[in-house]
Amino acid sequence: MSHTGAQLIWESLIREGVEIVFGYPGGAILPTYDAMTEYPVRHVLVRHEQSAVHMADGYARASGRVGVVVATSGPGATNLVTGLATAMLDSTPLVAITGQVGSGLLGTDAFQEVDITGITLPVTKHNYLVTRAEDVMPAIREAFAVARSGRPGPVLVDITKDAQQSRATLDWEGAEPKRHLRHLPLPLDRSELDRALELIRSAKRPIILAGHGIQLSNARAEVLALAERADIPFALTLLGLGAVPATHPLSLGMMGMHGESWVNRAIQEADLLIALGMRFDDRVTGKLKEYAPHAKKIHIDIDASELNKLVPVDVAIAADLGDVLRALLPAVPVADRSDWLGAIREWKGDSAVRDIKNLPDDGHLYAAHVMHDLWRLTKGEAVVVTDVGQHQMWEAQYYKHDGERSLITSGGAGTMGFALPAAIGAKFARPEAEVWVVAGDGGFQMTFAELMTAVQEDIKVNIAVINNGYLGMVRQWQALFYEGRYAATPILSPDFVKLADAFGIHGQRVECRGDLAAAVESARAAKGTALIEFKVEQEDSVYPMVPAGAALHDMIRRPAPSVLAETGSDPV
Amino acid sequence: MSHVLVVYTDDEPGVLTRVASLFRRRSFNIHSLTVGPTERPGVSRMTVVVDTDEATARRAVEHLRKLVNVLEVQQLGVGRSNVIRDLALIRVSAGPLKRSEVLQLVEVFRANVVDIADDSLVIECTGSLGKIEALVDTLRPFGIIELGRTGAVAMARGTRTALKAAVAPLRTGTGAMSV
Repeated sequence: MSHTGAQLIWESLIREGVEIVFGYPGGAILPTYDAMTEYPVRHVLVRHEQSAVHMADGYARASGRVGVVVATSGPGATNLVTGLATAMLDSTPLVAITGQVGSGLLGTDAFQEVDITGITLPVTKHNYLVTRAEDVMPAIREAFAVARSGRPGPVLVDITKDAQQSRATLDWEGAEPKRHLRHLPLPLDRSELDRALELIRSAKRPIILAGHGIQLSNARAEVLALAERADIPFALTLLGLGAVPATHPLSLGMMGMHGESWVNRAIQEADLLIALGMRFDDRVTGKLKEYAPHAKKIHIDIDASELNKLVPVDVAIAADLGDVLRALLPAVPVADRSDWLGAIREWKGDSAVRDIKNLPDDGHLYAAHVMHDLWRLTKGEAVVVTDVGQHQMWEAQYYKHDGERSLITSGGAGTMGFALPAAIGAKFARPEAEVWVVAGDGGFQMTFAELMTAVQEDIKVNIAVINNGYLGMVRQWQALFYEGRYAATPILSPDFVKLADAFGIHGQRVECRGDLAAAVESARAAKGTALIEFKVEQEDSVYPMVPAGAALHDMIRRPAPSVLAETGSDPV
Repeated sequence: MSHVLVVYTDDEPGVLTRVASLFRRRSFNIHSLTVGPTERPGVSRMTVVVDTDEATARRAVEHLRKLVNVLEVQQLGVGRSNVIRDLALIRVSAGPLKRSEVLQLVEVFRANVVDIADDSLVIECTGSLGKIEALVDTLRPFGIIELGRTGAVAMARGTRTALKAAVAPLRTGTGAMSV
């Protein structure tokens, strides 16, 4: 009986390689916080538990490691739910440890008791209720194994106060998990690989759909090898941005609802889709019945339940993407598809002149300008963490992500308020990286209390608040599909420069493009966290757009300008 | 169309909730679900009958396989290659005048009478889903007062390898750690 349950929690975390946890103390987790002082683990005190999960999420996405969250019972635990759902939908490996009332009080509606394992059941890969000290280590060790294995995801371990206080023997070897191995993918099926090869060989107009799974599988080199060897262009999902370089000659750009018109057209005209680590989300496919009607489909994903879920495919391979591609590559024939690539280039057509960043300066500041200039000024090397809404799509369109894990965004859940806490987590994971938050005025107001966390922890992130005075994406839908009735979308903001001042950080406001570069440079030069408010065009919309439920080629384009831009008018 | 899934799970608190929650979450319609112990301590066996198309049934199997507590899932075809049995208890109205007629029908269906009251009988019947439905239809004109069914338990015919050792439950303690 060498250790308390609380000590065993930290003994387990240290053995799992944990150096930092994000959390908030409270009654039922107090024994664990008390024991924390004996261990070399950094604790980041957040201002709201939801932010703790987003920080751990940003940390995990930026580093590829497991993020760890600690919270107390009751409201502390329920505040985790949105963060867990965000991590679940985007396959982020997390372990959340919550305190729970004493086991004798379970089920009695005791103070700060909630059934958090019941509540989080559908938003975690798995969860545990631990009521004895001897079960702490096996549960945490298995939680890490489950979080990392297969398709990663969040796991919650709820530990009663008496389990933290009572004693048990430390037995790491005896706690070795096995159950998670049950459902790992089987060895590769050669006949499926041969069928995939046959489709690749006979395709004339193939296209690779590159998703988040490429990063999770560390398969960038293999994907690029496939694309280059067989001369196949690739289109990216939102979470796939950065998985393969945006400036690669075979990169087409983002697909889907706000994807480029030529990318979506290429998908609709293709005769083979090679879907790698992506899941045919409705934001990517548009109307399913008319999706890629001429294409055979190969789908490779580690999660077998994603195969044939929405889009029936011709070859479905449930396995680690890197393993599959390494097995395929030697047999993939070298090809030249200049006809197909030329056709796609032609479809770009007048897209460039419609592009807002190429319009003459009319004195207005557009969010697209901000994203484009930010990309140029940071040489595309920043880690950008975006919130949810119009700015998120503009960032995806205009910031060319070449580096792996260089875009962190809530794709599946679309969680507003994600950006600032996730960016703080990302900075902890990669202190040498330049981290930028890009958030709207709406989402930023959801979690800006975490500015104080950044200050208290002495963390530098640079923040671009894209302020258009509206919940812009909802306003855009109201303008397009609800006859311009702006119900509850105009939103006021505090004076962000004064707000920055109140938090003791650098603050600035930019209202025209001419002031943009200097502001970005001074934010970068500022010692700690810095905030720039960009007052942008209020009723600008994200184009192109596939309306929800429409076919992918059925896009709303940005209206063509009456005055064509001259080339080379880029001030940055 | 009905699909029969046999699911081996850890015998721990909360596992039934996880399976049921999965079916609810993904809108898979459960026709019946039975749970019971198996030849192996610590392992439970569920038979789930779902009303859905083939593709959805296959997806249900893949989702079940992702649950940490699930050891193995088999999808049984409907037909002669499997034994599927349901047990029903039927309390049917049968006063002295009707009783012999009911007893004859019970005989035809190879069912048993397990309780007799002044004006009713309780009949126990085991068999395929179809046989039980036929018996229920036959008895309905007499007046069914109460009907209880277990739901299907299914097993493939022929030889079958035992559960692999690798899928053994992790702990066989007191179950204080509920998952």
